[in-house]
Amino acid sequence: MVAVTETPERQQTRRSVRRRGSARKRIEARWAWILIAPSLIGLGVFSIWPIFRTLYYSFTLWGPFGGHTWNGLSNYKTLFSDSEVLRSLRNTIVFAALSLLSVPIGIVVSALLNRQGLKGLSIYRTIYFIPVITLPAAVALMWRFVYNGDYGPINQVLGAVGINGPHWTSDPSTALYSVAVVAIWSSIGYNMVLFLAGMQTIPRQFYEAAEIDGAGRIRQFFQITLPLLSPTIFFVTVISVINALQAFDLIYVMIGKNNPALADSETIVYLFYEKGFIQSNGGYAAAIAFLLLGIIIVFTAGQFWLQRRWVHYD
Amino acid sequence: MTSATATATPATAAAARPKRRRRQGQSHLVVHVVLIVGALLMIAPFLLELLLSVESYAEATAVPLNFWPGKWLWSNYSDVFGAMPFRAMFVNTVLMTAGRTLGQLIFCSLAGFAFARLKFRGSGVVFGLFLSVLMVPSQLFLIPQYEIINDLHLLNSLPALFLPGIFSAFGTFLMRQFFLQLPREVQEAAYIDGAGPFQTFWRVMLPLARPGLVALAILVIIWSWNDLLWPLVVNTDPSSMPVSAGLATLQGQYLTNYPVLMAGSLMASIPLIAIFVIFQKHFIEGIAFSATKG
Repeated sequence: MVAVTETPERQQTRRSVRRRGSARKRIEARWAWILIAPSLIGLGVFSIWPIFRTLYYSFTLWGPFGGHTWNGLSNYKTLFSDSEVLRSLRNTIVFAALSLLSVPIGIVVSALLNRQGLKGLSIYRTIYFIPVITLPAAVALMWRFVYNGDYGPINQVLGAVGINGPHWTSDPSTALYSVAVVAIWSSIGYNMVLFLAGMQTIPRQFYEAAEIDGAGRIRQFFQITLPLLSPTIFFVTVISVINALQAFDLIYVMIGKNNPALADSETIVYLFYEKGFIQSNGGYAAAIAFLLLGIIIVFTAGQFWLQRRWVHYD
Repeated sequence: MTSATATATPATAAAARPKRRRRQGQSHLVVHVVLIVGALLMIAPFLLELLLSVESYAEATAVPLNFWPGKWLWSNYSDVFGAMPFRAMFVNTVLMTAGRTLGQLIFCSLAGFAFARLKFRGSGVVFGLFLSVLMVPSQLFLIPQYEIINDLHLLNSLPALFLPGIFSAFGTFLMRQFFLQLPREVQEAAYIDGAGPFQTFWRVMLPLARPGLVALAILVIIWSWNDLLWPLVVNTDPSSMPVSAGLATLQGQYLTNYPVLMAGSLMASIPLIAIFVIFQKHFIEGIAFSATKG
């Protein structure tokens, strides 16, 4: 309001403030690089450079005594005519599709746990979550016993009602499904935690309003919970598929190398490990790793494309 | 309309309350029955494992099933130590997990703070680089990582187990999200008090980001304790393996004895379950955070 005349002193302070500001910016930028450097170097050495290295390897042929020679696209050509690769691809996709069953189960469990005034929530949550944090190798060993064809509890129970159960994890027709059941069982708790967190962000008033309108529990679940939870459902589905496409631990321990069912249950990552680290065929393994990347991208992109039809954001 | 419901509510609510409570009680009973059946399905294999771990081999593989041990053979637990280098494996697991967790807490919080709170040219590009690492499956790193460890003559060593695992794009991203949530004014106040970027980070922001550090620590602990593929690749000598790889490779090779194997499995799983039971709230929050904000 009052015209301020620029006195020399004022100009002086303004200039020095600006100078101090840019000095601060420079110090800030320098510190930013110092703080990021360890991670940047670490990831550069252990992740970013390896991606390009693996890409290069995927075009090479590895000799039995180390050393590799440029081989062009031949690894990739073999990939699509190799029956072992195609079978492991089929196994992986079937396994991933089956694993998705843990999504609806997780939703139902969380919906049951998300009731106001329900006692024992944290006890249930603990019990359902324990398989998630149990050593996968231990889980696999435990289930191998449960599935054992001769003395395993499942077949003994089946035997009691006159059914002769198969050797679940060594019969080619059941092995993959048996492992998938364990994968579903051990991820329910993880999904439950995510769904419960999602459900707790849904405002109570919606349910109260629905109740006044006379909508029952089931209707509320389908009309309120499911649509408002759809972003979480989408996220969990994407993560579950990505994880399942990389399945390895359960197959490695529950099936194992000398198993007659291996061919019908080995996954892409199992094949990658087998080719790269047992048979020392790093070039081919690298190509298999890129095949896996391609599949993950295709499936994730597909889900993002589909989400427009069913995921509601507010 | 609001006034109508407001006047109607007290009277109807009073009339409906006992009935509603009874109905809720009944439906809760049904819910509990379903949840208990589910809980049994989740826990039954563990109970079976626990009982098997104190049976003799003959008892465990008997037909018909011998659910309850005739004689409690606690020696199975000590036999694990003779059947495989279990003590060394356990120590390896603990140190591998501690190394990765500590490393990620330090490096990820430093970088996460810089990305969230400091302005510098090129931050977008570098952050994009981190994000791209986040999206690539780890199998793409595995062969060259193995070669680096081999070149450093670190195969079958403790550093091999945790070295690549101390840097994480995911952890950086998680910490960045936490630092972004902190109020801008706190940082300004620190600057005005004359603190430099590092002092601001160390004295002011890091203590405020403690929930983030806890969440990251928990996720790394779960992931590291249970990790199998990487240890399997770099440490093939039994005494340098963590328990996960030990149980996976040595079953059937050193011992076909199910009860002893079950005892080892339980001993290897219990520390993490115990930590979970104690810090349950933080586990749940950490996982929920990583999902909703990540």
